[in-house]
Amino acid sequence: MAADASPFEVLCNILLSIAPMARGRGVITRSEKGERMGRVVVIGAGIVGAACTWYAAHAGWEVVLVDRGRPGAGTTSRGEGNLLVSDKGDGPELDLMRLSRRLWLELGDHLGRDRLELDEKGGLVVATSDAGLAGLRTFAAGQRAAGVDAIDVATAGDLRRLEPLLSDRLPGGVLYPEDLQVQPVLAADALVAGARQRGASTRFGVEVEGAVTSGGRLTGVRLVGGEVLGADAVVNAAGTWGGEVGVRLGAPIPVLPRRGFILVTEPVGPLVRHKVYTAEYVDNVASNDAALQTSTVVESTRGGTILIGASRERVGYDAGMSPKVVARLAAGAVEIFPFLRRVDLLRVYRGFRPYCPDHLPVIGPDPRVPGVIHACGHEGAGIGLAAATGYLVARYLDGGPMPDEVPVSAFVPDRFAEVSV
Amino acid sequence: MIDAGTVTADPVNETVTPVDVAIVGAGPAGLAAAVTCARAGLRVCLIDRGTSLGGQYWRQPAASPDFLQSLVAREAPVSGPGRGPVHPRDLRHLHHDLATFDALRERVGEALHAGLVDLRLRTQVWTAVVTDAAVVTDAPGGTDAPGPAADGAAVVDLHVLGPAGVAGVVRARRLVIATGAHDIGLPFPGWDLPGVMTIGGIQALLKSSDVVPGRRVALGGTGPFLLPVATGLAARGVEVVGVFEANAPTGWWPHLSTVVRNPDRLREGLAYAATLARRRVPFRPRTMIVEAHGHDRVEAVSVCRLDRAGRPGLESVVRHDVDAVGIGWGFSPILDLAVTLRCATRLGDNGFAVVAVDSEQRSSVPMVLVAGEPTGVGGAALALAEGELAGHVVVADLTDPVGTTARSRRTGQRLRTVRRDVVRLRSFATAMHAAHPIPPGWAAAVRRETTVCRCEEVDAATVLEAVAAGADTARQVKQLTRAGMGWCQGRTCEPACALLAAGAAQQTTREKAPLAGPVGASALAGDTERLVAQPVSLGALADLLPRSSSQPSHDQ
Repeated sequence: MAADASPFEVLCNILLSIAPMARGRGVITRSEKGERMGRVVVIGAGIVGAACTWYAAHAGWEVVLVDRGRPGAGTTSRGEGNLLVSDKGDGPELDLMRLSRRLWLELGDHLGRDRLELDEKGGLVVATSDAGLAGLRTFAAGQRAAGVDAIDVATAGDLRRLEPLLSDRLPGGVLYPEDLQVQPVLAADALVAGARQRGASTRFGVEVEGAVTSGGRLTGVRLVGGEVLGADAVVNAAGTWGGEVGVRLGAPIPVLPRRGFILVTEPVGPLVRHKVYTAEYVDNVASNDAALQTSTVVESTRGGTILIGASRERVGYDAGMSPKVVARLAAGAVEIFPFLRRVDLLRVYRGFRPYCPDHLPVIGPDPRVPGVIHACGHEGAGIGLAAATGYLVARYLDGGPMPDEVPVSAFVPDRFAEVSV
Repeated sequence: MIDAGTVTADPVNETVTPVDVAIVGAGPAGLAAAVTCARAGLRVCLIDRGTSLGGQYWRQPAASPDFLQSLVAREAPVSGPGRGPVHPRDLRHLHHDLATFDALRERVGEALHAGLVDLRLRTQVWTAVVTDAAVVTDAPGGTDAPGPAADGAAVVDLHVLGPAGVAGVVRARRLVIATGAHDIGLPFPGWDLPGVMTIGGIQALLKSSDVVPGRRVALGGTGPFLLPVATGLAARGVEVVGVFEANAPTGWWPHLSTVVRNPDRLREGLAYAATLARRRVPFRPRTMIVEAHGHDRVEAVSVCRLDRAGRPGLESVVRHDVDAVGIGWGFSPILDLAVTLRCATRLGDNGFAVVAVDSEQRSSVPMVLVAGEPTGVGGAALALAEGELAGHVVVADLTDPVGTTARSRRTGQRLRTVRRDVVRLRSFATAMHAAHPIPPGWAAAVRRETTVCRCEEVDAATVLEAVAAGADTARQVKQLTRAGMGWCQGRTCEPACALLAAGAAQQTTREKAPLAGPVGASALAGDTERLVAQPVSLGALADLLPRSSSQPSHDQ
């Protein structure tokens, strides 16, 4: 709460903020709305904002999707498009991912799998040493207990039957048939187009400057330049910039950038069948280390290129090129796929994952500014978790019911006790 | 579970060559800059992807292996005024202002001889990074200092790729980007048939190999470059069935005073016109090649007139039998390296992005200067002037930052002259772009099935669908359609994609504010990003790491 607020204001704010948090109550009650559903401004036209727009529009809300840039041009366009259960251990994120996987398959059927380049390719995690294989097996056993389909691949020969071009020096791995891939920009575009058919509108090239409130409750957002968009609710789907948008809305959340590079090769055809990555990836995803970490992630795209990741480092928004990181990613890739030595690198993407200290996204109403719902901070899993996030946001808007299989309280912004306005 | 093998020290294991100034591109601008810097005693690294000096403008036949030695040894010319294999006498007529080239090449040879120039041919910069001094002193390769970073200022690291693979880092206190331009070929039905080329490609074949593309050739597009290509072909006995220029020479009238102030350019244009008339090459203003016909290769073209609004009258086409076609819609600057270094761009005179520079050729990135076409397409004379200007600025920066020595007073005089030349020639370039815009109706003949991106085989229907869905920049089109993602990285199709996207954007705003003048790919500027300037093999990259650190450790 603001330090200069009077005790009365603080009390009012607390009372107002508790009300919509009560389970089963939406941002606006039905009686307030009457027959008309309310208006929602979604900030951020990346994959998460697109999914929020799609689900809110399909729930009958009048949605205005705004972005200071162009749709899908931020972190969404800098990723591989992974929908992974394989890198998640038992816990709330796995639950959210499994809901999201189901929803993505539904969206694929609805919007056209080809249009999204939705591919049920499966993930293949390989170990590069015997010790690594033992650790990977233990991790997979835990996932299996949580219901994940994880199949042990016992030998190098078995690995090469799945991926003929893999190095013959790898001791084994685990196959995850449930892992999916989409082309994120196409998916975001399809979701926005689908939402438009349900009456959603878009405003690109506009920047939100702050919230407009009345009696502690949000009534709209003010754009840079002074224009006000009236709204009953605003969704902060600004991804890596969700922290800054939170500040502008009076509801700060701790989202930080975690830089990653992805290498894109010349088109060589579908030579890699699965998403193939080394076991180090799982540890790196969960790490809090600010220093550079790389692990090897290799996969083909529909366009015939091969994508190579993944690096993680917390260097702020440093947009520069790092030949060192690129060299390490290349070295990791040629270690597990020797044929890549002769393949040319054409492009390097650099993106900033929206990183929260506990590696979980922020999804839910902000108690400090009633009407603000956060949907950001998905780190490297935003494409995968976008569908479930959009679905949950729509449920929060409607006032429930929340899906039973997801412990939604793990994602609410209230968990960041130390963050104050 | 497994430690990822986090490495704190920079593991990249490359040899670092410190120099005062690195110059990328050995065409007119790069040569002028290199000679100016070397004359002042600076250590210069001159990098070019080609096999000899001259760039595209003074493109030379593939150099013999002893080219470098002959340059250093300053051998006497083997025959006539030419220099042995460098440009045989019978190709000299294709070139303009060869005396300037000969002089520049001689100066480079002298500097090579004196050890002031590190000439790296068949070399490309695959990426570049601005590094500050603190980081530089930590880098393992940087121990061969006292390098240029000794004064504590930032440096530019160019990661280069030579004929034998990755070739280390050139660490420069100043960088001059002089990477030139390539010509724009816009799609039309049949443009992907064998025999249809860009006029730049035709000119390159002529200059490097003395090869003509066919016996009956049609040339189309817009701009003065059509003329030397036509005269070059005609001099080789090729029948040029027509020069189909989309604009009319009357477009120059409003810029008459600019033309008069550039008598060399005027003389040049009149000489080409006279040659065309003497060889009876038909020059057809306000016309456009709208289709190429043929099965295995081009056999004919359809040409039609353009109306005052720049729209082709497709109902009245004339057919010409040909066996080759040359297309040129002007030039698009090569910005890869500048974009990699995140130099700010702006809209150039022809609507495409150019690097923004100040009156001293400095870009927005300290230490990076840009000369020639990347600052705005303007031809060789302007490139020479800008290259020399950039060279003087670098010399002043590195030898005499306060500008008080006698030499700086002498060069001050020269600097003022060069700067005046730049301004005058730039105004001519602006007039040229105004007189030769890409006509608004250029895409009228494009069919739904016409290929726009050849690498990724994306047709016009797909691009227009993306544009209709709201893509208003080449990058948006690329992300939705893959156009521009293939081998050439959009070098061929990006102008077309940008024009298609911008054209749609114009149409949607036309009711409110009708846009006059040339179509502009305004959305292109500032929307590109390129961390890798040139393709490089993954194996070469992997070899940059010392063996040990490429293997992650697996300690429990």
